[in-house]
Amino acid sequence: MTPQEVDTRALRARYPDVFDRPASARLAMPAMIVAAFAVLVYGLVDLDFSPSRFLAGLSQLGWISLMMIPPDPGTSLPVYLKALGETLSIALLGTTLAAVFALPVSLLAARNIVPSNILRFPVRRFLDSIRGVDTLIWALVWINVVGLGPFAGVLAIAVSDFGAFGKLFSEAIEGADQKQVEGIRASGGSKLHEIRFGLLPQVLPVIAGQVLYFIESNTRSATIIGIVGAGGIGLQLAEQIRVLEWQKVSFLILMILVAVAAIDFISGKLRFAIIGRRAIA
Amino acid sequence: MTIAVSILPEQQLAVLNGAYRKAVARKRLRLLAGFALFVAALIVASIGAEVNLRTLFTYFGNFVSYFDRILTLDSGQRVWTDVGEWLWGWRKWLKMLGETLLISYVGTLIGATLAFCLNFFAAENTSPAPWLRFTVRRLLEFARTVPGIVFALIFVIAFGLGPMAGVLAIAIHSTGALGKLFSEIVENADMKPVEGIRSTGASWLSCMRFAVVPQVTAGYASYALLRFEINVREASVMGFVGAGGIGQELVVAIRKFYYSDVSAILLTIIVTVFIIDITTGWLRGRLFGKEART
Repeated sequence: MTPQEVDTRALRARYPDVFDRPASARLAMPAMIVAAFAVLVYGLVDLDFSPSRFLAGLSQLGWISLMMIPPDPGTSLPVYLKALGETLSIALLGTTLAAVFALPVSLLAARNIVPSNILRFPVRRFLDSIRGVDTLIWALVWINVVGLGPFAGVLAIAVSDFGAFGKLFSEAIEGADQKQVEGIRASGGSKLHEIRFGLLPQVLPVIAGQVLYFIESNTRSATIIGIVGAGGIGLQLAEQIRVLEWQKVSFLILMILVAVAAIDFISGKLRFAIIGRRAIA
Repeated sequence: MTIAVSILPEQQLAVLNGAYRKAVARKRLRLLAGFALFVAALIVASIGAEVNLRTLFTYFGNFVSYFDRILTLDSGQRVWTDVGEWLWGWRKWLKMLGETLLISYVGTLIGATLAFCLNFFAAENTSPAPWLRFTVRRLLEFARTVPGIVFALIFVIAFGLGPMAGVLAIAIHSTGALGKLFSEIVENADMKPVEGIRSTGASWLSCMRFAVVPQVTAGYASYALLRFEINVREASVMGFVGAGGIGQELVVAIRKFYYSDVSAILLTIIVTVFIIDITTGWLRGRLFGKEART
């Protein structure tokens, strides 16, 4: 095939959309990039970034990393193991508590159970506000109530997950197939029967998958709520960082990494056993 | 209309019924065993976490009255009766909120840029060498698993108190999280354009630039926006360890029992998070159509 002379002018006339895009459409992308970059520069200046400070910090960080090697718990290994157990307990208990309390509330927030918008709206906003507050803030509040210690951590995780579960569960319920519910209703079942035999068998596996996933991610959250004094391994970690015991710090971080990986592995296996090799929504 | 339902002879039915009961019984037993195991784990956990129901019941009133107290002004009135008095520090708080947003913005942008540079090495279909992929993946995993606030604690010591430590902590954590998500998008990308470009003799870099990047940018931007949303929450607590933002004010208010300030700051945080959630949701819907709004 030989290259042909192309009549550009005719093409332009024929496809004005391709050749003559309005200036606003052509400029939108570069303008957005420039704006994003401008905000970045403003942010860097406003937040006291300076190359000298950055370099000094990096060399400090280098020293810190050097001092972290080799990881060494010293004589406090038993204390750390106990703290790790505490962290896992906090994650497990907090998530379970949250799931137990969230299930009934999520029914109230689901469109196919409570059709009335007026009833559903406050429940949803309530759950949203709980989720808007970080776990660490809840931990601070609970410390004021039940005192320092892991119990405050359990309650903090329970409250903040309550908000998340309420939303996720209600979405799972809304996504459930209505045909089975209708079948129960057609055979004369009451509203409670519909929920028990029509809905729950469909949504329980999904919910179980989500709860397991949250236990996994809460192991991470539980490691950090110790930083404000709510028990677990985070408490030890924050203390060792403050007294600059870097070898212990690196050992603790390693412990956290190993524990999280182990929990990931176990809950991954369990999830597949419960809901099969399906992607979890 | 009558329907004839064929009923099996007694003997056949008994065998089938027996098999069914056995199968159900086994399933129930397994469920029961799993449940017992779970309850046992809960009991062990509640001993480990020093759960004390008596403390909870004794002090639960405190939890309720805490909210009563944070909604009461010093004068004893409810906060909403005198909004000016309640939000007395709004200038300062808005400034801190702005700082929080800037921290999360700069952190997300730096993290997304780093993740963008790294993810092609971590994706299975584009990585130039297996050892490189292994190293980058472990690096991203590390950055993702260590909580952002732990990085912040360490950075506060290395870089000094202030928002810089918060930005860097968020940037590193975002690099880990986004790097993984980005590389998954790349793994789902169509490889035919890459082959086409490679067949013209292009280098690895040109393959990425002209074959992969055009396919994945929309997904990248969507995930980065989602990450920004998460980082706003994260940045609001960075102040707890001295890494800048509104968290500093909040922790002071909680620790020093400035009750009405606690509720005022919480309100500003919740409203900001709402606004950011709605805006990014709208932006994602606008930019990438409905299906990108997950």
